[in-house]
Amino acid sequence: MAIVETRKITKEFDGGAVKVVKDIDIKTVDGEFLVLLGPSGCGKTTLLRMIGGLEHPTSGQILIADQVVNHLPPRARQIAMVFQSYALYPHMNVKGNIAFPLKAANIDKEEQKRRVDWAAGILGIDHLLDRKPRQLSGGQRQRVALARALVREPNVFLLDEPLSNLDAQRRASARDELQRFQHEIGTTTIYVTHDQVEAMGMGHRIAVIEGGTVRQIGTPRDIYEDPADTFVATFLGSPPMNLIPRGDELIGFRPENFHLAPDGGVDSSTSLSFKLTSIREEYLGSEKLVYGELEGERTVARMAANADVPAAEGGEVTLFVDNADLRVFDRESGLRKESAPATIATGSGS
Amino acid sequence: MSIPAPAPQHRRQRYFFDNERVLGPLLLFPAVVYIIALVGFPLILAVLYAFSDVTVGDPRIRGTENFVGFENFRDVFNDGVFRKALRNTIVFTLVSQVFVIVFANVLALVLSADFHGKRLVRFLVLLPWTTPIALGVLGWFWMLDSVYSPIDYIMRRMGLLGPDSMFGPGRNMYWLGKTDLAQAAVVVVHIWRTLPLATVILLAGLSSIPQDVKDAANVDGAGFWRQLFYIRLPLLLPIMAVATLFSLVFTFTDLTVSLVLTRGGPVNDTQVLSTWAYFKGIQGGNLAQGAAIALFLLPVLIAIAIGMLRLARRSEND
Repeated sequence: MAIVETRKITKEFDGGAVKVVKDIDIKTVDGEFLVLLGPSGCGKTTLLRMIGGLEHPTSGQILIADQVVNHLPPRARQIAMVFQSYALYPHMNVKGNIAFPLKAANIDKEEQKRRVDWAAGILGIDHLLDRKPRQLSGGQRQRVALARALVREPNVFLLDEPLSNLDAQRRASARDELQRFQHEIGTTTIYVTHDQVEAMGMGHRIAVIEGGTVRQIGTPRDIYEDPADTFVATFLGSPPMNLIPRGDELIGFRPENFHLAPDGGVDSSTSLSFKLTSIREEYLGSEKLVYGELEGERTVARMAANADVPAAEGGEVTLFVDNADLRVFDRESGLRKESAPATIATGSGS
Repeated sequence: MSIPAPAPQHRRQRYFFDNERVLGPLLLFPAVVYIIALVGFPLILAVLYAFSDVTVGDPRIRGTENFVGFENFRDVFNDGVFRKALRNTIVFTLVSQVFVIVFANVLALVLSADFHGKRLVRFLVLLPWTTPIALGVLGWFWMLDSVYSPIDYIMRRMGLLGPDSMFGPGRNMYWLGKTDLAQAAVVVVHIWRTLPLATVILLAGLSSIPQDVKDAANVDGAGFWRQLFYIRLPLLLPIMAVATLFSLVFTFTDLTVSLVLTRGGPVNDTQVLSTWAYFKGIQGGNLAQGAAIALFLLPVLIAIAIGMLRLARRSEND
């Protein structure tokens, strides 16, 4: 087990013409499940590969267990990596695949067998040991890749979108398995994904990366409820946060923060009212999404399926958002401002 | 319901070639003609000749009286030169292929690495393959000339050849005049000739190994040699088999190298089946025996062809 830290780590390609990773500082907690989340091309995989030693940083330091490892090859870093494609050795059977890291470490045959059986047992693939990778399903391959990573008892697990090749159903259960597995093993894990559901569901903390920089790092709740800027606010959540311009500010709130007027009337000092012009409704069973226009901005409201909201196009409804649910961003920079309910109330014009 | 109107005439014509039963045979036709005229017909002719008594002076088969059964094969096999040629063909092929496999692997590994001038080196490596065989062999013929060989010149300047030197007092090596040197020369030219193709095939194979797999081996703790012997070479095996089968066919059936370089000499010591068939059948005029000699290549080539087809099928199934 170990702490992974990057200090001002930067990666440039083509002699500085392309900056993929810019001055990233990240420090894990021991045994943590840290998710690197971002759109494709944001630099998250490059960051992971630098930690793994498969890419050399242009500048900055990488520390594993308080040791600078910049100069160390991957095999000297005590890490294990699971690739998006699983990267199993196609000519070896499952047993050979799992034992390969042990063979490379010159561990004796008996110990090899013991550890292969142990890892295969944990992942429930004991019955597949003699199969070749091409005879396995996607989920089974993923487990073999995990077993191969596990068998070395590494300090750090690096996972690069390991679930993206699975179908949707299998992905949900694999998510659960993977999280339980990490919990049992307790090894520091860095997990790269572009899927916010995976990130929210699995990570102890999430680092949201965009354009080669960390936009925000925090628990899933922090990131969802208190986004640091408009990118994070709109990248997480589906549908994303609504942003309504007010002067040089943007007022942000989640679609589910809309509600109809409560029975006892509305206290205008604690909530803000909006007039939503409905355009279209999406029925999702337990709830519905109402797409509409609000002060000229496209806006989405997530309501209970039976909520009394006009479904027809052009129907108008007044909806309320609690002041506590409002987030304020600078319109220019997109950065979060301290929320000040009073300002909101006076600027609302309601 | 109304009956749809038939498509207008010009539209039916336009889609005429969309019909696979028309287009398929049409596209196959040139290839079939080519194979029948230039492969099938000569092959059948060779088989007929091998069992007959035709000569260059009288190549007609008039009736059953021209057929002599296995007599040609018996005569051919009882000839010491033929047995020498058979042995040479096999030895030259096997020895050169062993070297080709080793060198091609090394070269492919080197050329797959990133370095300055890689494109130029790749181009130079491929060059022997693009030269017409006869011209390339002529080049070697001059280099190994008994009097003016530049190799001899260099050896003399280095003090390796000439009076009181390692390779004797003579001023020349007489590369093509001594049995072992001439045989070695033939093998070297075969290697020089087939190495580029094998290298390019292996290079393609190397670049088809996914980067992820190499990365995984790196992370899993495998050093260069372990990666080479446990990951790269095993993954290259199928493509190596393809390269080897190709080179085997080229070397086994080659006529040019022995013919241009040594004309089978000295004293038939570099004679191979194809040159012997040529000398016997065309130059010697005994068309029937020439055909019989050439047919000795057939079983080996059939075996190689079956091997190739099997490989192709296996890679389709994977």
